[in-house]
Amino acid sequence: MLQIKNLSVNVGDKEVLHDINLTIGGGETHVLMGPNGSGKTTLLMTIMGFSSYVITKGQILFKGEDVTAMHAHERAQRGVGMMFQRPPTISGLKLGKMLTAISKTKEENIPELAKIVHMDRFLERDINKGFSGGEIKRSEVLQLMIQNPDFVMLDEPESGVDLENISLIGRNIGGLLEKDKHIVDRKKSGLVITHTGYILDYIDADKGHVMCDGEVKCHGNPREILKEIQQRGYKECLECRSQ
Amino acid sequence: MQEPVKTPGLSSTDKERLSQAGIDLEMKNRCGSYLQMDQDMVHAACDESGIEVLPYKKAIEKYSWLQDYAWKAVSPDKDDITKYVAAQEDPRGYVIIAHKGSKNVLPIQTCLFLGRDKIQHAHNIIIAEEGAELHIISGCASGSHVGKGGAHYGISEFYIKKDAKISFTMIHYWGEDIEVQPRSASIVEENGVFLSNYVCMQPVKKIQMYPTATLTGANSLARFSSIVISLPGSHMDLGSRAILEAPGASAELITRAITKGGTIISRGHIRGNVAGTRGHLECKGLILKDGIIYAIPEIEGSVVGTELSHEAAVGKLAKDEIEYLMARGLDEDEATATIIRGFLDVKISGLPEALQRQIDASIDVAEKSGF
Ligand SMILES: Nc1ncnc2c1ncn2[C@@H]1O[C@H](COP(=O)(O)OP(=O)(O)O)[C@@H](O)[C@H]1O
Ligand SMILES: [Mg+2]
Repeated sequence: MLQIKNLSVNVGDKEVLHDINLTIGGGETHVLMGPNGSGKTTLLMTIMGFSSYVITKGQILFKGEDVTAMHAHERAQRGVGMMFQRPPTISGLKLGKMLTAISKTKEENIPELAKIVHMDRFLERDINKGFSGGEIKRSEVLQLMIQNPDFVMLDEPESGVDLENISLIGRNIGGLLEKDKHIVDRKKSGLVITHTGYILDYIDADKGHVMCDGEVKCHGNPREILKEIQQRGYKECLECRSQ
Repeated sequence: MQEPVKTPGLSSTDKERLSQAGIDLEMKNRCGSYLQMDQDMVHAACDESGIEVLPYKKAIEKYSWLQDYAWKAVSPDKDDITKYVAAQEDPRGYVIIAHKGSKNVLPIQTCLFLGRDKIQHAHNIIIAEEGAELHIISGCASGSHVGKGGAHYGISEFYIKKDAKISFTMIHYWGEDIEVQPRSASIVEENGVFLSNYVCMQPVKKIQMYPTATLTGANSLARFSSIVISLPGSHMDLGSRAILEAPGASAELITRAITKGGTIISRGHIRGNVAGTRGHLECKGLILKDGIIYAIPEIEGSVVGTELSHEAAVGKLAKDEIEYLMARGLDEDEATATIIRGFLDVKISGLPEALQRQIDASIDVAEKSGF
């Protein structure tokens, strides 16, 4: 599904990501962990195609096609989707209007979908304006439900969200990733940034990676890596690998 | 059901221009109509009981008490425009009277169309008597063949009596050679409500206006909303003013301005003269192509207990907002249009559905042509 080769990325005039390699197969969900400021969000924004993230080296292949030079909407149209950690507020643009715009010709029942994630009362509100942490995430999930991407990136889906909302968001993310389907039939892939691991209860991830200072340093079983980090902190976890 | 308005000699292009200014010649969603082409009154009628739509001269003949209203809200000596109109021996324009307790659900439309003449003048008086509710849509347009030097001078005086309400929605569809200088003022009495909405999405050479609402009655309310786009060659000097003179009076002045190369001067002035008054002024401007948006908000309080505020911002479209929508699959143009559409989306509370739809429709037209 996604193949990243020797990718280096500048933000401003600073190189933030250095020589990243990562491959995510069809039906697989990977987890990305790492300390604050290590470059996790940068990687997701680069895969999505945001213009302030400048690729200086390497390639991104999506479904076998080189998308390195494509704009965000071309990648979105090919099936890349993302839940933002801090999406912008758009003054005046109602959530409902945005959903209609992104659903395009698809005959989605927006109010019905909105009910599922308890966002039906937000359709007439300006997008993200005054939304709480949980409301932002629910709005992001709702947008993704309409967009229905083949490859879903989630940037800290559980941060700032209470337990009840984590379960609601987690279940719907599970739906986006076709976790209800048998592994053989599952086509959708994901890349999830998490610190807490709560989300793992809903998505049973296949692989984990740890990012540090703009490099992916460690790969393995996501639950084991998480346990290691929670017991000993990132510092020791990463030292163990560099030996 | 009203008869369609007959407009002999009007080309289909000009009919289309009228329709884009909100004029429904079929009269399907209107309860009354006044149509003036150049200086000729073509049509004046209203079938809502208790509401009269009359040509100015006929009204003055019919009701001598109108002398107490003519030139009382607007001074004839105010400027060259008012002097010009006041000096006319043969005054044109309309008078709309909503008698005590009357109410229209479907709006009345008034249309001033500049077809051939150089200067069109009109003097309008609009009165909502005690407890009445009056909704008007005013479409002003010029024909596609009016050449250089066309000008429109319109005087409008609004009187909102105790517990009455007037909404006045004005949609302009001029040409790039036309100069427009309306002069209007309103007087709002106890518990009265005055909603004034202005939409101009099309080119105009010059427009200059600064309507004033004087809130003389306790708990009266005035709300001005303007939605404008200024194209290259257009000079728009737009303002609105509210003078709060009674306890509980409040005013809200809202502007959304976009320049695509033209000039917009957005003025606003709220004066709080007595305690217990409130006012808010909000101007948001978006510069899509180099042009000028000059916001001049003024708030002036002279007593303890008046609360006035303003908020003005001028900027460009934010790249992160555009890319957020692009990440959902919209291309750059679609994302831009969606954000601009949201920017212009001012919902006006208290406005009948039909009028809000009309405002939305004129924005739709601008959106379809790519803003
Ligand atoms: N827009 C930006 N401008 C400047 N620096 C940035 C920007 N975005 C990210 N960075 C920098 O890049 C590094 C990685 O940030 P980020 O990808 O947000 O980390 P993470 O998501 O792992 O916490 C940090 O040092 C951060 O300050
Ligand atoms: Mg981050």
